[in-house]
Amino acid sequence: MPRTLYDKLVDSHTVLRLDEEHVLLYADLHIMNEYTSPQAFAGLRERRAPVRRPWQNVAVVDHIIPTHPLKHRVILDEASALQASNLARNCELHGIALFDTNDPLQGIEHVIAPELGMIRPGMVVLCGDSHTTTYGAFGALGFGIGTSEVEHVLATQTLVHRVAKNMRIRVDGRLAVGCTAKDLVLQIIASIGAQGARGFVVEFVGEGISSLSVEARMTLCNMAVEAGARSAVIAPDEVTIDYVSARAHDMKRHLPRAIEQWRTLRSDDDARFDAEFQFDAGNIGPRVTWGTSPDQSISIDERVPDPDKAKTPQQRDAADRALRYIGLESGASLEGLAIDRVFIGSCTNARIEDLREVAKVVRGRKVDPRVRAMVVPGSGAVRDQAEAEGIAAALIAAGFEWRQPGCSMCLAMNDDVLRPGERCASTTNRNFEGRQGRAGRTHLMSPAMAAAAAITGCITDVRKLEQARD
Amino acid sequence: MIKETTIAGVAAALPIANLDTDQIMPKQFLRGIDKSGLDRGVLYDLRFDGEGEPRRDFVLNRAQYAACRILVAAENFGCGSSREHAVWGLLQFGIRAVIAPSFGEIFYSNAMNNGLLPVVVSQTDVDRFTRDVEAPETNSMSIDIQRLQVSSATHTARFNLSARHRQMFLDGLDLIGASLAHANAITEFERRHWERQPWLQSVAAMVRARVR
Ligand code: SF4
Repeated sequence: MPRTLYDKLVDSHTVLRLDEEHVLLYADLHIMNEYTSPQAFAGLRERRAPVRRPWQNVAVVDHIIPTHPLKHRVILDEASALQASNLARNCELHGIALFDTNDPLQGIEHVIAPELGMIRPGMVVLCGDSHTTTYGAFGALGFGIGTSEVEHVLATQTLVHRVAKNMRIRVDGRLAVGCTAKDLVLQIIASIGAQGARGFVVEFVGEGISSLSVEARMTLCNMAVEAGARSAVIAPDEVTIDYVSARAHDMKRHLPRAIEQWRTLRSDDDARFDAEFQFDAGNIGPRVTWGTSPDQSISIDERVPDPDKAKTPQQRDAADRALRYIGLESGASLEGLAIDRVFIGSCTNARIEDLREVAKVVRGRKVDPRVRAMVVPGSGAVRDQAEAEGIAAALIAAGFEWRQPGCSMCLAMNDDVLRPGERCASTTNRNFEGRQGRAGRTHLMSPAMAAAAAITGCITDVRKLEQARD
Repeated sequence: MIKETTIAGVAAALPIANLDTDQIMPKQFLRGIDKSGLDRGVLYDLRFDGEGEPRRDFVLNRAQYAACRILVAAENFGCGSSREHAVWGLLQFGIRAVIAPSFGEIFYSNAMNNGLLPVVVSQTDVDRFTRDVEAPETNSMSIDIQRLQVSSATHTARFNLSARHRQMFLDGLDLIGASLAHANAITEFERRHWERQPWLQSVAAMVRARVR
């Protein structure tokens, strides 16, 4: 029977079939953070079970870490400091690799794992974090899991996996200048809805995908979860192979054999998909969210929609509620909307490629004095690279805060928080009520768009700003 | 695990689509290393205002709903972050079941793994239940897990639960124990898997050693 890429990845990791719907799925790599793992380690301790494969587990302190631009970081919040020291103790106890608070390579879990060459095509990767879908960019299968499942993985290196349905999203054409994978994924989520891919693993195909860098593919797969997808995958190609070969140095001697296998990681031509969608990359403009769900976005030249025109009463109520929270009215334009804060960061958009985009827009310009703008690089390596390329200096000169890596104001668990009512142009992935701080107002957009907003003090079409320069 | 065949009691309606786990359990309650004290955080910004005062008009703050055990929610309940704290908190708050047209996937698994029953019924059923439980005098519901049936004062609906999930719920299946029983199969799988793809073995430790 012809199989999809997802089918193949499940088959190659099935230890055994448990029943009609569930398989015991083997995990090649398990990534942990300080806030969703402690209770799992405690559970393990209670049942006196060892970690089955400590060398296939890695942990990082990223969610609670302060990002002040100090070389040596101290976690002042007592509870958060305990989470970090507890993680270090658990890793020490079980022989698990750790990227601790002051490790020069510390960063957001989904940024450091790929850049250090841990993610390889054909893998199953699990992590107690919903954005584990990111690894689909490599033709790896990534699932976000809960803490009970983290404990299960520690004990057995497997997951009880409910097999998902297959969805294919074809993206034809190429993105226009000024438009990015972030705009593409916001468009896709807006079209299919916040639960449009619920129950599915999504495979992205087409020229609009193959023309993307691995970083951009990560942005895309990262946010597939915002459409409700269990996971996302992109078949590995030369771009993927180059990226992995350049980073996974420890597998050098296996590389020719591995590449041969990676080339077979694709859906069969006649594989059946349970749902299909098609998009044209060329039609996609810079997008900005207007509401409190990632599916509530419009192109910068569109108007905030009328809730009464929503497809369902549920969506209408959601839109009404969102507009009240965000302080906007239907028919309003987002272009020109004043903002208080700019946040450039997160596992969606804080890789070196993203910061290069930001630097390009910012070059020769200044942050609007009414705006507080911060850049939180995705990792220590990204930070170093940006400093080496002069990006950091340019950002600082323009008036951005150049901070230490971490999740920061993506979820505002540390002290980077919006104040009530503050409006923020953000490169993150969730505009939920209160996500960046109670009563804070988040507008999701690409790094270039966030940079443009920082410069003008309001939401701005980056394409116009750049035209004005020419 | 809670071993019950029927969940009955006061139900409250939360007709908010895409009620995400950030709202169910906000970040400031995620700083523990155990599961304690999460009842305080449940739906915090809906229950309390900026000064920490209870919002009187919010359903869970009303006296008639103080003993709430069941939530009648809207589509895509529990979407977003994987934080299991949302489920732990709801249980500590006294909630035993959530009824909705659909659930975020990770939330659904988390709920199952902790004995919080997610009940999927149609939007029409949810609308009927919502109407009933919004009136305090008809706010009790019951869920029969054996017969897969859920009833409010004026309406009854059937729901599905996979055989596995039903057993988990009724017998409190220890998933980790069950999977540990397959240890030999896992070892055998690893042998074949690493023979075919030796570059997938011990990646975390290898990389950590390389970049030290
Ligand atoms: S950056 Fe944001 S989305 Fe990514 S792992 Fe951190 S908190 Fe989660």
